[in-house]
This record gives sequence, structure tokens and C-alpha cells, in this order.
Amino acid sequence: MTGTGQAGTAAHAQVLAAVDASAYSESVGHLAAWAATRLDAPLELLHVLDRHPERAPAMDLSGSLDLGAKSALLAQLAALDEERSRLARQRGRALLDGLAARLRAHYGLEPATTLRNGSLVDTLTGLEQQVRLFVIGNRGEHADFARGHLGSQLERVVRAVHRPLLVASRQFAQIGRMLIAFDNSPSARKGVAMVADSPLFAGLAIQVLTVSADNDAARAALDWARERLARAGLDVSVQRLPGDPDQVIAAQVDQGGIDLLVMGAYGHSRIRRLIVGSTTTTLLRTCRVPVLLLR
Amino acid sequence: MKPTTRLGQEWFGNVRGDVLAGLVVALALIPEAIAFSIIAGVDPKVGLYASFCIAVVIAFTGGRPGMISAATGAMALVMVGLVKDHGLQYLLAATLLTGVLQIIAGALKLGALMRFVSRSVITGFVNALAILIFMAQLPELIGVPWSVYVMTAAGLAIIYLLPRLTRAVPSPLVAIVLLTAVAIMLGLDIRTVGDMGELPDSLPVFLLPDVPWNLETLAIIFPVSATLAVVGLLESLLTAQIVDDLTDTPSDKNRECAGQGVANIAAGFMGGMAGCAMIGQSVINVKSGGRGRLSTFVAGAVLLVMVVFAGPWVEQIPMAALVAVMIMVSIGTFSWSSIRNLGSYPKTSSIVMIGTVLVTVFTHDLAKGVLTGVLLSALFFARKVGQVLHIDSQAGADGRSRRYTVTGQVFFASADAFVAGFDFRQTLDTVVIDVGDARLWDLSAVGALDKVVLKFRRQGTAVEVIGMDAASSTLVDRLGVHDKPGAERLMAP
Repeated sequence: MTGTGQAGTAAHAQVLAAVDASAYSESVGHLAAWAATRLDAPLELLHVLDRHPERAPAMDLSGSLDLGAKSALLAQLAALDEERSRLARQRGRALLDGLAARLRAHYGLEPATTLRNGSLVDTLTGLEQQVRLFVIGNRGEHADFARGHLGSQLERVVRAVHRPLLVASRQFAQIGRMLIAFDNSPSARKGVAMVADSPLFAGLAIQVLTVSADNDAARAALDWARERLARAGLDVSVQRLPGDPDQVIAAQVDQGGIDLLVMGAYGHSRIRRLIVGSTTTTLLRTCRVPVLLLR
Repeated sequence: MKPTTRLGQEWFGNVRGDVLAGLVVALALIPEAIAFSIIAGVDPKVGLYASFCIAVVIAFTGGRPGMISAATGAMALVMVGLVKDHGLQYLLAATLLTGVLQIIAGALKLGALMRFVSRSVITGFVNALAILIFMAQLPELIGVPWSVYVMTAAGLAIIYLLPRLTRAVPSPLVAIVLLTAVAIMLGLDIRTVGDMGELPDSLPVFLLPDVPWNLETLAIIFPVSATLAVVGLLESLLTAQIVDDLTDTPSDKNRECAGQGVANIAAGFMGGMAGCAMIGQSVINVKSGGRGRLSTFVAGAVLLVMVVFAGPWVEQIPMAALVAVMIMVSIGTFSWSSIRNLGSYPKTSSIVMIGTVLVTVFTHDLAKGVLTGVLLSALFFARKVGQVLHIDSQAGADGRSRRYTVTGQVFFASADAFVAGFDFRQTLDTVVIDVGDARLWDLSAVGALDKVVLKFRRQGTAVEVIGMDAASSTLVDRLGVHDKPGAERLMAP
């Protein structure tokens, strides 16, 4: 890996925070610093410059070809890109340096900063090998707030990366209580085990929530989760509620004073999701707390 | 929401720019499709149907978004003979076969072969193409009334001067409209598009070429189809490279090969001639703001709509106006900097470029021209690399022995120089030849080394060759493992 500003990064070692010029970046930075401090992992701030070459800049509809039209056009397009890229680079550099300085002052961390060209998804998957935890904002700088959409990039990132992904909400608040959305699927059980074994959650009040009808299987599963987490010395309570998972989980997060939601990422196949919708997407959109997505 | 998938971006990432650019390109495609049909010796409708089919199909199947493909001059020139001797139906059959061959080329990933076509050959190809397009206009300019010259000159003036006033309307279109209006008003007796053959009056329909489907037909169309396939792929891949450079985005060359094939098959079934990517139109598209697949699609669709519904007016377009547009295309295609660079570039590059141009212009076959260029570049390259060979020698302390150290590349082009590097007149007891830092690339190199050893032996000199393992390890390229670890071990005795 070149240009990461960090020599000899070990596999799956660092916390990588993707930031842009959106209002979320401050929160992303704080959340990443919180995680990096708890994991005792190196922190890297990443800003990706995406040029969108599929969009055309200026237009000339004269439709004529002069002498040397091709080279003139190439020179013109290259100059345009050069100017824009230089501005974007300067802006990105200032963004990273500013955030790094604030985190240094606040947490005493020494974050590495990286500026890369390309699309966000490709860049994150490319860096995956060295990353233990990704941190990203719920929305990017181009997102349309009025419509309550997720950032256009977030869902693609969630699908593409294979490492845990911490999605920051707009405001960072100290994390005291966390909720694990537990559906007793194999990936959810793996998630519980991961939470039990990770230093990230030490000292937090953990609530495990299953949304299902009351039956033996659900009770047994919750008992297993409680036992597994308690064995790791965590402060755990369990709860089972009936209803629609989307609504029940969101209501619990709202009313229970929850600061962090932990869940598996995209349980359904893509085609099924088109029909039935996805709990992951809904919760990412509705919850106003950070969400940790486990793979 | 903005499209987020790659396919969505390729189609709808730049809708406004693509639609506008597609319109501009469609307007510029009409004169070219007509002109290229005339070059090939078929009705204008064959070229227009082809341009529609190819542009619309390639928008879906191509590997280079934003590139324009249609009926082209390069392809038209190849099919002249076939049309003259056997007629349109054989051309349609040849078009189908061309498509099949191109799909095979795509499946075999022959697009990668483009790397053997050097920059000088590409420049030569482009220049030859421009010259051929220009020459094809000459029949319209020889032995015609003086009014044709005035019209052509006026057309060129409008095309080149109007963009200085406004860049919002395509100047070739303005030239065509104005010249047509003038010709009709003055009642000039000059040739018009309507005189050149039939124009489309309906949407194209599916039809099988009316030829006997036997080996005899295959023997007639295969040579033409093979040339068409090669020329089409060459120009398409070359144009894709140009669009890659202009837009700074990658393309899938093998998909483009197969995509051209599918487009040509569609054209063949719809009564169109074979085509390929167009350098000039693609540059116009990028310049007008076209980047995505939508621009190519719009260009093809609008072309057909305009021709079918504006047929009576299209018929009235004087040939002089088309000639002006085609002269613009040939001037815009020609690489003028290559003339300027003749003085400063290496002589061998210039020879390759000029050789490609000359062979193409004399044979009217771009494939032969490119083959000439590729062979010339390979020869020049071999000669250059052959010069990277040094043989140093050092006499022993007693004057009875000598040590030769060979460094560099030994292969067919340098084998003679290798032998000449040894001095056989000196009488010696022992000779050591160190080939540890040399590379023996082929059997000529091994043969040359054998020859040297034998010559010394015949003079009673004992010869020792050292470092042979390292030198001959390069010979394993036959096995295709020379770049993998353990290659030396494989070759060790």
C-alpha cells in the first residue's frame, strides 16, 4: 500500500475514517477517535477525490473539426480537469489537516491522513486488507437532506466492504448504552461473539433485543446471548418484543436512551430486498445514533 | 437520485450532455453515411440504415461508452470491389460474416493484440484514412460546373467560420441547410443526394441476404469479411483509445470487439453495410459533451427519424455540401502534427508512419497498410535491440589466454555482430567466454555461440563457456515459464 502515510500497516489493524466536506465529518472523526482509543488501534483519516469523469464539463455544439481538433480538445479537457482536481486536492488536504489537528488536540491521537483519487467504494475495498474498522458518515456532502435519503454512497459501501462498518450520525455523543439487534441468525450469533470479545465495548451497558413472538427458540437464543456476553464480563440485559423489527428497534433506540446500535448488515438477498425492503436500510435512515454493521 | 451502478452511470450519468451531443452527432452522421454509401457504390439508404443499426446496437453492446460507431469510410473502401462484382446482397452477407468474425475476435481477446500496433502505425492509419476520405470526394469535384466549386468553398467557409460567431449550433448543419436552400432557390443544375440512389422511406426491416448459402458464396465473401473485420476492429480500438485519453476513463476493449460484431450482424440483417467506430464523429461527440452510452443511442435513433421523415428534403441536398462536410472530416482526422514532427522524430518512426500511409493509399486497404507498419516497426525494433550487445575482452597475464565478456541481447538480429565480436586470428591456448550477463533469446543465438566455439576449437584453442545457465534461461520462453521463479532450475541439466 503506498501513500497511506503510515509505514508497515499490519493486516486488519487500523481504524479508517472516510470523511468529506459534509456536516457528518466532525462526528465521523470523533466516533473514529473513540473507537481507535478503545481498540488502541492506529487511526487513519481518508478523503477520496472522485472526479466523475462520466459527466461532461463544458459543451461546444459547433460540431466542426478544425486542424488538430483532437489534440486541442485533449489539451482543453486536461486543463479543465487539472484546475478542478487541484482545487479539490487543496480542499481535501485542508479538510484532513483540520480534522486531524482537532482530534490531536481533543484525544491526543496522531491520525494519519490520506488523500486518494477514485470512487469511494473502490478505494475502501482496496484498503480493506489493513482495516479493522471502517467509520463513515450516514450521508455525504452531496446528499439530499430533505428526502431523508441515505448518502448515495453508503449503501454501496455497506454491500461492498467485508469489515465491520461504523456509520456515524450527525452529532457525536459519548456512548454509554448500546443495543444489539439480535435475530438469532448465524451472522447475528457471530456478531454477539464479536461484541463479547472486542475491547471496543468494555464498560458499556449492553441491551440485546430480539423482535419475535414469544417462543422457546427465541428465549433460548436470548439466554445464549446473555450468557455469552456476561461471560465476557459485560453489563448485559436482554429483551424480547413482538412486532415489526423496523419499528420496534427504532422505537427502542429512541426511548431507551441508546447511543449505539449494533446489527448485521443486509440479511436478505438483493432481489428479495427489492420486494420486502431491508431492516438495515430502514434503520440506517431512521435512527439518529451511530450504527455498527457487522459482516 | 443519481444513478449509482456502473451501468446506470454509463447510460444516465450525463443525460443533458449526452442528448445534446447525440443530436449534433446525428446531424453530422447523415452526410457521412450518405457519402460513405456512395464510396462503397450502394444506395444512400444502405449506409443510413447501417449507421442507425450500428449506433443503436453498439450503445448497448460496446465496451467504450461515448464512442460513435456507424458506416465508415474505412470500411466502405474495403467493400468497393465486392459491391462492383457481386452486388448488394453479397455485401449484406459479408457484413454478417464480418460480425461473426469480430465476435470470435472478442471471445479470443484479440483486442490485446493492439499493443503491437505502435503509435507511428496508428498515426499512419489515421493519416491514410484522412487521405482516402479526401480522395473519395474528388470524383464530385472533377469535371463539374463552376457553381459546385463555389458551393463547396462556401460550405467550408461556413463550417470553419461560423463557430467563431456561435458554438450553439452545429456549423456543418447550417452549411448543409443554407447550401440546399440556395441551390433550390437559384434552381442550380448540380448533383444532389437524390441523384445518388434511393433514400430510406421507412424503418428498416429484418431480411436475410438473398444469396445462395453455400461454400462458393463463402469463398467470395470471406476475404472481404476478414479484411472488414480487421479494419473495423483496428479503427474501433484505435478510436476507443482516443476516447479513453480524451475522457480519462477506461474501456473494455474485448467487449468492444464483440460489440462491434453484434452491431454489424444487426446491420447486415437490416439491410445495412458493415461499419465501425468513427474517429471524427467520436471526437465531435466528446467535444459536444457526450460521455455516456446514451449519446451513441441518441445519435443513431435521431439519425433514422430525421432521414425517414425528412427524406424529401434530404434528397435536395447538393453533393457539394456533403463534399464540404467530408473535407472537414478528412482535415479533422488528419494528424497535422505528424507532418511537423517528421523532422524531430526518429527516422525509423517516420518511415513506419509514411510506409503505412503509402501502402494504404496505393492498395486502398487499411489492413495491408497497418500490417506493413507493424512489420516495419518490428524490424526496426529488432535492429535497435540488436545493437544492445557488447563484447569486451581481456588478455591473460601470460599472453596465451583471453577472456571474453558478453553483455546484452543475442538473437537473430545480433547473431552476426556476436560472431564478429571475437578475434580468431590471435593464437591462443585457452579462451574463456563469459555469457553470464548476456541473454540468448533464440536458436540463432545458440547457433552463433556454437559457431564461435567451433572456430576457436579448429585453431586448437581450448574454449570454456561460463555463465551458460543464466544466459540460456531466457530460451525457456518457449515453455512460457521464464518469468516465474524456478525457471533456471527447470532448464538446468
